[in-house]
Amino acid sequence: MQNALYQYIELYNANRPVVEARSSEPLNRLRTAALEALETAGRLPAKGDEGFEKTSINDMFAPDFGVNISGVNIPADIASSFRCGVPNLSTLMGVVVNDRFTPTSTLLKNLPAGVTMCSLSEAAGKHPGIVGKWYGSVANLDSPGTALNTLLAQEGVFIHVARGIRLEKALQLVSILSAPSPLAAFRRILLVAEEGAQVSVLKCDHTQEGSKQCLSSEVVEIVALNGSKVEWYDIEESNADTSRYCQVYVAQHEGAQVNLCGSTLTNGTTRNEYSLDINGDNTLSHLSGMAIGSGSQHIDNSSDLRHKASRGHSNQVFKYVLDDNATGAFEGSIEVCHGARFVEAYQSNRNILASSNARMHTKPQLLIYNDDVKCSHGATTGQLDSKALFYMQTRGIPLQQARRMLMQAFMADVINTIELEPLRDRLRHMIERRFDGCQSGCRECK
Amino acid sequence: MSDEILLKVTDLRAKVEDKEILKGINLTVRPGEVHAIMGPNGSGKSTLSSVLAGNPAFTVTGGSAEFHGIDLLALSPEDRSHEGLFLSFQYPVEIPGVSMVNFMRAAVNAKREYFNQPQLSAGDFLKLMRQKRAIVELDNKLASRSVNEGFSGGEKKRNEIFQMAVLEPRLSILDETDSGLDIDALRVVAGGVNQLKTSQNATIVITHYQRLLDYIKPDFVHVLYKGRIVRTGGPELALELEEKGYDWLKD
Repeated sequence: MQNALYQYIELYNANRPVVEARSSEPLNRLRTAALEALETAGRLPAKGDEGFEKTSINDMFAPDFGVNISGVNIPADIASSFRCGVPNLSTLMGVVVNDRFTPTSTLLKNLPAGVTMCSLSEAAGKHPGIVGKWYGSVANLDSPGTALNTLLAQEGVFIHVARGIRLEKALQLVSILSAPSPLAAFRRILLVAEEGAQVSVLKCDHTQEGSKQCLSSEVVEIVALNGSKVEWYDIEESNADTSRYCQVYVAQHEGAQVNLCGSTLTNGTTRNEYSLDINGDNTLSHLSGMAIGSGSQHIDNSSDLRHKASRGHSNQVFKYVLDDNATGAFEGSIEVCHGARFVEAYQSNRNILASSNARMHTKPQLLIYNDDVKCSHGATTGQLDSKALFYMQTRGIPLQQARRMLMQAFMADVINTIELEPLRDRLRHMIERRFDGCQSGCRECK
Repeated sequence: MSDEILLKVTDLRAKVEDKEILKGINLTVRPGEVHAIMGPNGSGKSTLSSVLAGNPAFTVTGGSAEFHGIDLLALSPEDRSHEGLFLSFQYPVEIPGVSMVNFMRAAVNAKREYFNQPQLSAGDFLKLMRQKRAIVELDNKLASRSVNEGFSGGEKKRNEIFQMAVLEPRLSILDETDSGLDIDALRVVAGGVNQLKTSQNATIVITHYQRLLDYIKPDFVHVLYKGRIVRTGGPELALELEEKGYDWLKD
């Protein structure tokens, strides 16, 4: 096995001043620790490592990708391809091309007082205290993927909602990989919801048409302070040449609510990791995900939820429909720590294999170090209900349509976790089109 | 009644896995007729309805079924439906996540597409639903629910007859429509079936008990036993079965 890590470490060692020059102090400050963590780890996780049964991070990073450390402007055809409007959902939008954040003109005009969405560099200048306090505070450098991202991330997105501000409109990030030559983008997002603040974010991941092989390494840190509420919706519609390694870290404080939902509609190889630390009492956490795989798509979701405080309620639902030669993996663990009393934690993973070559690996785990908890987990993998299919056929619904309707219905409880109704409608429509065989539902947003 | 033949089943044989269940069924149904098929458990009643509707779990091993001149067995289940065959299930299937409205719209429009008719407009569709619901006194609230999910036994059976009313079949097969129904629900369901009866369509009622036949009057009663129709008579045969049981026919 080729060790993919060293090409990146060498790149960093040879170009440290360039890397730092296009970045900012809070990011630069963590690079030494990240480098040490990587040298200790020695390699990126490979297939078969614990927690990485079906996905090799090493292989995802192994190709000879370029990293645009000097920030050469790479164009992306945003206006024509990725307007990404959700009908009836008015959002405040920003665009990320590779790692570079660009606000739309309406965003700058319409961001209400107390709400910030800007590049991390800009934030480091304007809100050095907040960025300095929280950047890297939730992400875990023990994860080689996160350490590598911390080593090379130069730019990113900063979202901040001040105390007590409830943002009515959703924030939207249209995230595009544009790779005229093979490219790895190191992306970073820091979201801080101060006490009592509320915010919902929709992130749409795309790959620019005509791009070469590309990789997105992304670390998202979400800090939900006391009594705040954060909704985080992530939809991936990339292509077969795209690899995505997205690590979402959440710190949830007392009385905070988070709702995270990730959807993979089209992709190449994807690994999403969700790590939730529930640090305060009386919290509510929803974590859900769906994956629709065909061709040779590979989708791996992993969740790691730690209840460290009492009276937390968490609910996880992950659903996959896999066709052709698609492969899926889900590993989820719930840990109820010592002293975390009256916790309710549920996890379910249900999968449909629509072809005989599709494969699903699932591993739900529950670690309970406490009494007074209610927990459950379950996983099923099967086919579409043949009785339901026949029933629908006898009513005249053609078999193919009946299959599509059942697959869509299967995803209903994931869609229903989304609190933005227009987005639910949009996603239903996109899923319908996806099952109809259309590769990109988002293009229709235009 | 007419001389026209709606369904002609000739020496129909079918098996599930390796077990032959239908061992040569002969049955002729004309427009305007109501046929009752009775018989003890395991005689093949439900298999007959499944095979006619095209359930892939059963394999036809011989014989034929002609439906108004068309080779029924050559059609997919959906095309059998479009051609006017309807099966009311003994156990209607719950389909979580598919709303009744979407289900019925898909069914109605699939049939229209089959006959090269344009899709029904939203307004016309809702009007149709309203009109047909009244026939079986089906609650409007059920329309927004998932198909059969959480329906009571009575609601499920009403829902079957509602679907039958919408699809206007030429031949309806009611498989144990009375099972799980109390007398009031039975009256509503049977009333719906009777309202939908015309001189052009026909009904096959599959039942264990004579009870349903008090409400849906058959012209012919057939006794199915071990995969064959062993006796055919008028409505009086049902009464005789009620009185004597099936044992006297087993020889």
